[in-house]
Amino acid sequence: MEYVIEMLNIRKEFGNFVANDNITLQLGKGEIHALLGENGAGKSTLMNVLFGLYQPEGGEIRVRGKKVDITDPNVANDLGIGMVHQHFMLVENFTVTENIILGNEPTKGGSLNISAAAKKVAELSRQYGLNVDPYAKIEDISVGMQQRVEILKTLYRGAEILIFDEPTASLTPQEITELIAIMRKLITEGKSIILITHKLQEIMDVSDRVTVIRKGKGIGTVITDESSPEELASLMVGRQVVFKTEKGPSHPTEEVLTVKDLVVTDSRNVEKVKRLNLNVRRGEIVGIAGIDGNGQSELIEAITGLRKVKAGTVAINGKDITNKRPRQVTESGVGHIPQDRHKHGLVLDFPIGHNIALQTYYQKPLSKGGIIDYKAIDRFAEGIIEQYDVRTQGPHEPARALSGGNQQKAIIGREVERDPDLLIAALPTRGLDVGAIEFIHRRLIEQRDNGKAVLLVSFELDEVMNVSDRIAVIYDGMIIDTVIPSETDEQELGLLMAGHSRKEAAAIQAEEGDDKHVQ
Amino acid sequence: MSNRMINILVPVISVILGLLVGAIVMAVSGYDPILGYTALWNGIFGDSYAIGETIRQITPYILAGLAVAFAFRTGLFNIGVEGQLIVGWFAAVYVGAAFDLPKVIHLPLSILAGAAAGALWAFLPGLLKAKMKIHEVIVTIMMNYIALHVVNALIKTWSGGGDKTERILDSASLRSDFLASLTDYSRLHYGIIIALMMVVLMWFLLEKTTMGFELKSVGFNENASEYGGMKIGKNIILAMVISGAFAGLAGAMEGLGTFGNMYTRGGFTGIGFDGIAVALLGANTPLGVIFGAVLFGSLKYGALNMPNAAQIPEEIVQIVIALVIFFVACGYAIRLLLSKISKKKEAK
Ligand SMILES: Nc1ncnc2c1ncn2[C@@H]1O[C@H](COP(=O)(O)OP(=O)(O)OP(=O)(O)O)[C@@H](O)[C@H]1O
Ligand SMILES: [Mg+2]
Repeated sequence: MEYVIEMLNIRKEFGNFVANDNITLQLGKGEIHALLGENGAGKSTLMNVLFGLYQPEGGEIRVRGKKVDITDPNVANDLGIGMVHQHFMLVENFTVTENIILGNEPTKGGSLNISAAAKKVAELSRQYGLNVDPYAKIEDISVGMQQRVEILKTLYRGAEILIFDEPTASLTPQEITELIAIMRKLITEGKSIILITHKLQEIMDVSDRVTVIRKGKGIGTVITDESSPEELASLMVGRQVVFKTEKGPSHPTEEVLTVKDLVVTDSRNVEKVKRLNLNVRRGEIVGIAGIDGNGQSELIEAITGLRKVKAGTVAINGKDITNKRPRQVTESGVGHIPQDRHKHGLVLDFPIGHNIALQTYYQKPLSKGGIIDYKAIDRFAEGIIEQYDVRTQGPHEPARALSGGNQQKAIIGREVERDPDLLIAALPTRGLDVGAIEFIHRRLIEQRDNGKAVLLVSFELDEVMNVSDRIAVIYDGMIIDTVIPSETDEQELGLLMAGHSRKEAAAIQAEEGDDKHVQ
Repeated sequence: MSNRMINILVPVISVILGLLVGAIVMAVSGYDPILGYTALWNGIFGDSYAIGETIRQITPYILAGLAVAFAFRTGLFNIGVEGQLIVGWFAAVYVGAAFDLPKVIHLPLSILAGAAAGALWAFLPGLLKAKMKIHEVIVTIMMNYIALHVVNALIKTWSGGGDKTERILDSASLRSDFLASLTDYSRLHYGIIIALMMVVLMWFLLEKTTMGFELKSVGFNENASEYGGMKIGKNIILAMVISGAFAGLAGAMEGLGTFGNMYTRGGFTGIGFDGIAVALLGANTPLGVIFGAVLFGSLKYGALNMPNAAQIPEEIVQIVIALVIFFVACGYAIRLLLSKISKKKEAK
């Protein structure tokens, strides 16, 4: 095979910690090469080395057979390497074109030549089927579109090799399908791709080969067609992984969360939750299934006190908490794993230990009479770090330095450990590896079995189906139906989420069934 | 090289580099750098009088530096330290002159008046930021001008058209015969002790209390702090008020210690603005602020001796002082250089 990139025995250290321990990755020309590993295994680090953001302590990098020294991202650009980061790097109030040319603006007679750039952007967009409007403002376009802008940015700079770091983590299923098509298109146009993802099915679908790393060490490279999700998972974790979490039947008792006729508006005063009714009982997991943007975020924020309720009521254990402050909500027995971990979940500039104490720092034994006992916080944090397998060098490491998945595990530990009567988990497994997902699901079920109520919001159908005891389908700000997982399937659920009634869904399914017969 | 080593080495190397470039400037302009620096040295440490005056000069710099640093650490940019200092100065002098009380009450009361005035002056920008999201930089800058002219007007009114306030009573003074006699009758006063106590207070607030935890958290990430149950508006206002109180104390030191009264001013004292540099030099840590203030205070005071003792014009002196501070501020570059050097050594 002809290699466009060869990373040989790369070693990267952070202080005493070895994030990459002699890892080798060879990218063939025209190949989609998946990079797989647990949270904190060192995938992003390795890619940052390739992109010139980090300097390796050992090993060598060859591009098209020639040994190179990638001292900064500009060098990477010149070598035709482009990176689509997990967290986009776009200027919100600039247009697509402005964002793309940022850093190497084309000029004509000393003044900026936007229209020529826009033309080139439109052309590239057409060539790769990206469908991006060069004059749209970033703040007005969807996450999926923003990602395409990032892709365009690399193409505009002449990238031949594209690195995607968890591109699908924040996309809707529809957007994921489209992204996969785009990646295939890129390959037919002669590009080569390195893809990081935790979703094994995606790897099976699009990649040619997979390189697996575990705890900073290279485990090996396998050909996708000769492997299976099960094998990949066990290579990566080092043990067998169960995909479907075992759980017994639920025994719900009294109601913990009662939401009545709730109305919530977003920041532009548009009604996002419209007279919504919902209840969750002790001993059950209620999953909220729905397409992103149907009021899930507003519902959760209203329950937890982060957003004003316009009308209706929220009660916990029969006690009214409508429009109470977040602390009062927390103290009445609510735990909350927030949807956006960087916005709400963590103070990134604080040590991870402080973050683990974010909800309890003012209580005994972590503080007394307004004085914080930081030793107690350390001990408390160390307990959670160990119990929830948060891979970090310790409670004093800044939260920012943890890998995405490990940040998430710390948040989950913090919220579950308080043993709340109601645990709200919004996209709790976003960006987690399969082993960690299994672990989190078991924790949620454990809470349920201990007689607590769990409210799960997820965009992943199989997660909702696997974990919930009851599924409430949210559409356009209302719960339009409630189904039992064993009595439905992903297809019906998908139709309900699109706003169809159960009757309509049955009719559509029957029709499709007929079609199949005819064929 | 250990981190600790680097942390100590960097400022030292910076100062030396600054002095070297300053020497070149003096030499090029036709003055003897050795003579110049001798004059600077004598101006700072030459005799007990100089030392006393240097310490006196450092005092308000520490407090102004704390004010800026505290705000920085809690996510705010307080450019209003100058104005808060001016109102603090006036309030302290007013209480010190207008009441006749026993010293144990009068002195603390006057000091508190200064702190309270500064706090009040910072409260408004805090409130505007908390309630209406108006950026504190604009408001605090404007509050500086308001402070300057309001205080000038108050002094005129109070003194019946004059240009200075009454003198404070002895019972409100920070001066002491003991310190004066120790330092050959310099204006050294007890303010330095208050300033150092405030350094400890800032460290304690930020590093030991739940209040400090919240203030820092809100400064870093308002959304996550709200999620964690903190009150955003309250913490923003509180941070500004504490910062303003430090600034007001800096003014009180001038009023109750150095001058004993207050004159109408044509312009700002500059201490509040220098406080920004002091805080940055000290990396916004309480101990660092002491370092920054010592550097600023001694250079500013010692430099006064250079025109007299070495006939170097005021302008050149200012350039030399600015160069030293400039190089210290460039410490980051030096840090980088050091870590490169130590890496190379390790590699061998
Ligand atoms: N700048 C840094 N300083 C110190 N440690 C770091 C830094 N960046 C990463 N690490 C550590 O290196 C390890 C690997 O991190 P990396 O981000 O590469 O993981 P990852 O494989 O991308 O994980 P995830 O799937 O969760 O994104 C982690 O343990 C992390 O804490
Ligand atoms: Mg990563």
